[in-house]
Amino acid sequence: MEHRSIEKRKFETDSGIPVVQFYSEGDIQDLEARLGLPGKPPFTRGPYETMYRGRLWTMRQYSGMGDASQSNKRYKYLLAQGQTGLSVAFDLPTQLGYDSDDEIAEDDVGVVGVAISSLKDIEELFEGIPIDQVSTHLNINATAPVIFAMYLAMAEKRGIDISLLRGTLQNDILKEFLARKAFIFPPEPSVRLVCDVIEYSIKNVPEFNPVSVTGFHVKEMGASSIQEVAFCLSDAISYSQELIRRGLDFDKFASNLSFHFACGRDFFEEIAKFRAARRIWSKVARERFHSKKEESERLRFFSGGSGAVLPAQEPINNVVRSSMQCLAAVLGGAQSIHVMAYDEALSIPTEESVKICLRTQQIIAYESAVTKTVDPLGGSFFIERLTDQLEEKILEKMNQIDAVWGGMPNAVVRGYPQREVIDRAYKQEIDIESGKRVVVGRNKYTTQSKSRIEIQHPDEKASLLQKKRVKALRRKRDAKLVAAALDKVKLACENSNANVIPVLIEAVKTYATVGEITAVMKLAFGTYKDPGLVV
Amino acid sequence: MQKTSGARSEIRAFSSEIGKKPPRILIAKPGLDGHDRGALVVSRALRDAGFEVIYLGLYGTIDQIIQVAIQEDVEIIGLSILSGTHLKVAKRLIERIREKKGWKVKTAIGGIIPDEDIPKLRRLGIDVIVPTGTPISKVGEFLKGALKKGSEKKVKRRAAI
Repeated sequence: MEHRSIEKRKFETDSGIPVVQFYSEGDIQDLEARLGLPGKPPFTRGPYETMYRGRLWTMRQYSGMGDASQSNKRYKYLLAQGQTGLSVAFDLPTQLGYDSDDEIAEDDVGVVGVAISSLKDIEELFEGIPIDQVSTHLNINATAPVIFAMYLAMAEKRGIDISLLRGTLQNDILKEFLARKAFIFPPEPSVRLVCDVIEYSIKNVPEFNPVSVTGFHVKEMGASSIQEVAFCLSDAISYSQELIRRGLDFDKFASNLSFHFACGRDFFEEIAKFRAARRIWSKVARERFHSKKEESERLRFFSGGSGAVLPAQEPINNVVRSSMQCLAAVLGGAQSIHVMAYDEALSIPTEESVKICLRTQQIIAYESAVTKTVDPLGGSFFIERLTDQLEEKILEKMNQIDAVWGGMPNAVVRGYPQREVIDRAYKQEIDIESGKRVVVGRNKYTTQSKSRIEIQHPDEKASLLQKKRVKALRRKRDAKLVAAALDKVKLACENSNANVIPVLIEAVKTYATVGEITAVMKLAFGTYKDPGLVV
Repeated sequence: MQKTSGARSEIRAFSSEIGKKPPRILIAKPGLDGHDRGALVVSRALRDAGFEVIYLGLYGTIDQIIQVAIQEDVEIIGLSILSGTHLKVAKRLIERIREKKGWKVKTAIGGIIPDEDIPKLRRLGIDVIVPTGTPISKVGEFLKGALKKGSEKKVKRRAAI
């Protein structure tokens, strides 16, 4: 009876790769060349030789709320709890280029992240934080040029040599069109801005990663790990092509590219995915872009725990899920990790729930002993076979994107990847409802009792204060200087050969706001309306 | 002019009761949040459940959404809200609908809605609430149920005459 039922059952990874009863030597023929050494091409085993023996991953919780001073407090709390790098979450008005006192921003100020309208807000955000010693991720995309300009202006005002600044900008607009949807301008000028930031950064802020090419949101949207990596690496190829078109050598910018993947629930598939991604990028760098330096082939990534798999039911269970995701990211060789808080389905984290995220990372780092050797699962019949299979499928998809879709910028305006992703998201939801896809506590082993947990509520007072602050700022500054600076911004935008960053730095120093600068950029570039192709 | 559109929506409500014409719903995300996986998946599910879905998408103001809802003569306005602003938005939506006297439209809000806010939304006048975790196969049922409530009242009135 048991044998018959096993035969009928289909065993697959989350992405649909068949999983057999057991793996053995035959599954890892001629592995040596494909595997390589840690810290050496093709980097399957890890981007660095010593990995966590030399230095642990950065513990970097995505965080931001209310106004700058409220977020500043939370950052100091996180640093005191052992966080080793900052990651700024901006509110939606800031992400979309609206000032906090804009009518359209009314309900969203400070709700999902910190409200930043001016250089003054950025200064307050990092007050008392040594930005020359702590690396910061600025999770900003459409308005990345403005926020980057503010960050650099702040450093300058503090007398910090910007060539020493370490950190990352997300600055990946292509994934916005595909999944996250916080775009402003049409694709062409958007990609130009991404590359303006990258070009300026590699010349002036060499320790910074001016882009974190992101698959995370695509996976959260419903994509498989195969689609996630294929779309992400294809985005990276598009940005690289634009930079090369501008006359930059691949080896000049490649080692400043960084990546960002989700860590989902299929434990071994995610580990294999990270290894496959490194190997593929190494190949792309060498074969497609003819890189001459090893570090140009090195894929470094930030792992964001998947929030999409954390249900609202029995939220404390999510501590277990997030821990497993974190462990997978560590075994997969992440450089930087964010663990999703257990209340992710309900609100942004409380102090308590985010502390548990840090403790999760710290327990794995200091108690589990998995960090004592590099790539501990290397050589596992299953992991190596899965890495090979994922590589094959991802490359297949990347070829389709290239040859059939004409590259990602073209594909996203036609809705090709969006449709695929929503199809899969829909199927996943149906599978959850039929019980085929088990979500413990939601469709299996459920209880009627409701858990009582504290959740973080948006701070109305902070939001009101922020709106007043922006109005006051406009009254106090020199309007003539602001106007002149904004004119220069418009001119730079209209000149497709100019790099906008220098005029943006000058503009933010006059306390021109995010909204004012974006408005000027909209005049030059126009705006983009999502064609809603998907339903 | 108003009489004609009133009669048209009554006919549609009656017809959808006996399954002849598909119920029409407008789905939109008000405010600035662009995370539309839920809204898109629910739209797909409702389409499969026999609804006519007008997907307005992202970045709509309540006024814009209402304008399109009237133009498209929908029976339900469905909003997807993940950013915690559902109470504010619900209040504004109901206020604006009531300003259009005589307009009978049902409202539904889906997304990240803590348990304690569900009765508050009901009190504000929202007809259907779809918090995260609601099976998408049930959303169609709940919405059809809300439509039936309205048309039952109308049928009874006619019978009384």
